[in-house]
Amino acid sequence: MSDITAATTAEAAGDRLDKNWMIDKGLQALMFICGFSAIIFVLGIFIFVFKEGAEFVAHKMDFAEFFFSPKWRPTSLSNPTYGILALIAGTAAITALSMAICLPFSLGAAVFIGEFAKGKTREYLKILIELLAAIPSVVWGFIGLAIMNPFIIKTFDVPIGLNVLNSSLILALMAAPIVTSLAEDALKAVPDAYREAAEALGATRWQMIYKVIIPAAKNGLLSAALLGVGRAFGETMAVLMASGHSINMPTSMFDSVRALTATIAAELGETPVGSDHYQALFAIGIFLFIITFVINLAADLIVRGVRKG
Amino acid sequence: MFAATERDFQYKRTEKMFRALFGFMVLILAIPVLMILAILLIKGGPAISMAFIFTDPTNGMTEGGIFPALLGTIWLVVVSMMASVPLGIAAAVYLSEYAPDNWVTRAINLATINLAGVPSIVHALFGVGAFVVFFRFGTSILAASLTLAVMTLPVVIVSSWEALQSVPRAFREACWNMGATRWQTIWNVVLPNSIAGILTGVILQVSRAAGETAPIMFTGAALFLPFLPESVFDQTMALALHLFVVATQVPGVPEQLPYGVALVLIGIVMIMNTLSIWFRMKLRGKKKW
Amino acid sequence: MVSQAARAGDSAKKGAANRKVKLSVRNLTIRYGDVVALNNANLDIYENEVMGVIGPANSGKTSFLNAINRMSDMRSNMTVEGEITFNGVNIRDWRNVYALRSRIGVVFPLPVGLPMTIYDNVTLSPRLRGITDKRVLDETVERCLTRAALWDEVKDRLNHLGSMLSGGQQQRLTIARALSQDPDLLMLDEFSIAVDPVTTMRIEDVLKELKSQMTIILVTNLVQQANRLADRTSFFLNGEHVETGETEALFEGRTQDQRTRDYIEGRFG
Repeated sequence: MSDITAATTAEAAGDRLDKNWMIDKGLQALMFICGFSAIIFVLGIFIFVFKEGAEFVAHKMDFAEFFFSPKWRPTSLSNPTYGILALIAGTAAITALSMAICLPFSLGAAVFIGEFAKGKTREYLKILIELLAAIPSVVWGFIGLAIMNPFIIKTFDVPIGLNVLNSSLILALMAAPIVTSLAEDALKAVPDAYREAAEALGATRWQMIYKVIIPAAKNGLLSAALLGVGRAFGETMAVLMASGHSINMPTSMFDSVRALTATIAAELGETPVGSDHYQALFAIGIFLFIITFVINLAADLIVRGVRKG
Repeated sequence: MFAATERDFQYKRTEKMFRALFGFMVLILAIPVLMILAILLIKGGPAISMAFIFTDPTNGMTEGGIFPALLGTIWLVVVSMMASVPLGIAAAVYLSEYAPDNWVTRAINLATINLAGVPSIVHALFGVGAFVVFFRFGTSILAASLTLAVMTLPVVIVSSWEALQSVPRAFREACWNMGATRWQTIWNVVLPNSIAGILTGVILQVSRAAGETAPIMFTGAALFLPFLPESVFDQTMALALHLFVVATQVPGVPEQLPYGVALVLIGIVMIMNTLSIWFRMKLRGKKKW
Repeated sequence: MVSQAARAGDSAKKGAANRKVKLSVRNLTIRYGDVVALNNANLDIYENEVMGVIGPANSGKTSFLNAINRMSDMRSNMTVEGEITFNGVNIRDWRNVYALRSRIGVVFPLPVGLPMTIYDNVTLSPRLRGITDKRVLDETVERCLTRAALWDEVKDRLNHLGSMLSGGQQQRLTIARALSQDPDLLMLDEFSIAVDPVTTMRIEDVLKELKSQMTIILVTNLVQQANRLADRTSFFLNGEHVETGETEALFEGRTQDQRTRDYIEGRFG
């Protein structure tokens, strides 16, 4: 052994770090940096949003007032107050109602597309869902404003059509394609062996779906629902245009409300950089970022649980 | 034993019932949207003309066309794609072809998922804090495009990754066995067979970027500008923001104007999407293995 | 473990006293996760010999080839312990694993025609090494395809997709591609699975010819193929390298292990 090793070095045997090796390693490093950029951007978002909002959070913000006062009066000259309770309530009301509308329909649609529909029908439905997902949020907002608003006024005989109901309907339609396609993916991820086993036992299609496939896909479905919540929660333009944008603790679905996201969108343009108001908006941004981060993390962990189990 | 029993009929009925119920749910989702599209078409259709597309807005944006907004959207989309597409594809190539199974890779995956879930208005705050204020780009096409780029990046990564993964592993192994480096394998076998799929995803992103409003509102898009942008350091109008403005900020706008703007915007998005879907179907019909 | 090493040394003395060792394997253990695919194998392969490797499925034969090629670098769950020395150098000491692999041609049982033209399939390896001269490439294509017994069938459609050929044709294309590397060591893993018997015979004739230019490891499920081609033969069973001996001796029943004899005589597997 050793005498052979002595006689031939790796170099002589043809081991040279040639041009191709260098190119490979160089590009690997470059692409690693590109991949790593995703981490940098997430950290960057956190750092920059936090940086602008930090001074407010550290020195000027009264936690009790911020979270528990419904009075958002940043522009008051004598006594500006920064309470986001009403905004949280607005966002929560819209998100909750929109999910209550969206989830049953999109999960049902996912079951239909994934398990009942076949061939061309399925193909066309998937394309339709995909096209729905592509409609920009500002267009949805305009629809809320121009089409839903008069429709709600006429149907329910209320003075204002820009309210929780309007924005929830819009958000439900916006989130539906996303939840549907994620849920359908979750159903598709159930191994065919399960289906075959259920069929071999003589189960009908519905029994198979209800007793086998849905339980097997439940983590994926839950994660799809959570991502739908995240989407509704973070939506900005549609909510800004369809919710009425007035500060209110909502008591019915016909109340106009204001959402956290919409507040930033409506006010950031009018605040001087570095002012208390500007910083308070960034503080809301921090809050939004943390909540969506938690939602996404939870959705991811739930799906990962599926893969491990 | 094989005769249909009463129970079998009952099962059949249940199944039919659920099938109908779920099918109905699909209709409930689809019909309002199709109706809405029809209304947009009916009300916005008459507003659209060559003049509408190729002239400037006049008289406090209550008359005239949308040319500067359309042009601005093209600026924003092109510049943002120039940043996010190469970066996203390279990141996807790393994740699909190089990344070892370790905690760094898991962190990158997690960051990508989270980046996709960040609300658009938080991206706007980031754009203001980072590009407008910290890097001193001011409110400009550059700052707005970079904000859009960060926002579209995760989706470019995910769709490119999926396209790369659709190339069978056996092809890679065959190449590696011949002594091809990872990069040579990517360049000679993986990319040529996935680039079409990658581009399909990119087209979708273009349409998504064109419709975004919140991230560009405070970073580079202006409500109204009397001139066209000449470089990436200028502000610009944008179609999505223009729709918001004429729908909510300007009094006395004739009803058909915002419908027209909405129709143009949705038209661009739908054309892009249809193109992407058509492209994908064509690919599927042209199997190379 | 000592005895196996000694056995490998034994046969070296008996068979070919002064032959140069091309590939030396010491204490090689291969795992996929916790599953052991090959346990503590020891053997030497000499320059310009055909080494037959026989054994039933799941014996660790394919893993053995993958370890030689350092494919474990590309698979996160595959771990390799022990030493493999190629041309006198431990393969782990090669900094440029690609240079190592380019000297080793591999043909796996599932044929893989790359989704590019037949011409490009065969010229890929030379092109990767920077050869661009059209005449050299043309010559390589004709030579390698002829040796792989495919030239006559495809010479008029070299611009067709390699991945759209029939299974048997793709298998021969894979062989042609391995040959286009001008390898020092050619490893074939059950190449005849997708090929008809007549073509198998033609390729076997080519392998006999190639022996003068390269070392060949022939993993085969056909015991008689090893008998026809191999100078020496190794028997693998359930992740164990049972023995290596002169093919002639093994097939005449002079085995050191009863299991080898049973397998060769068709009593199991």
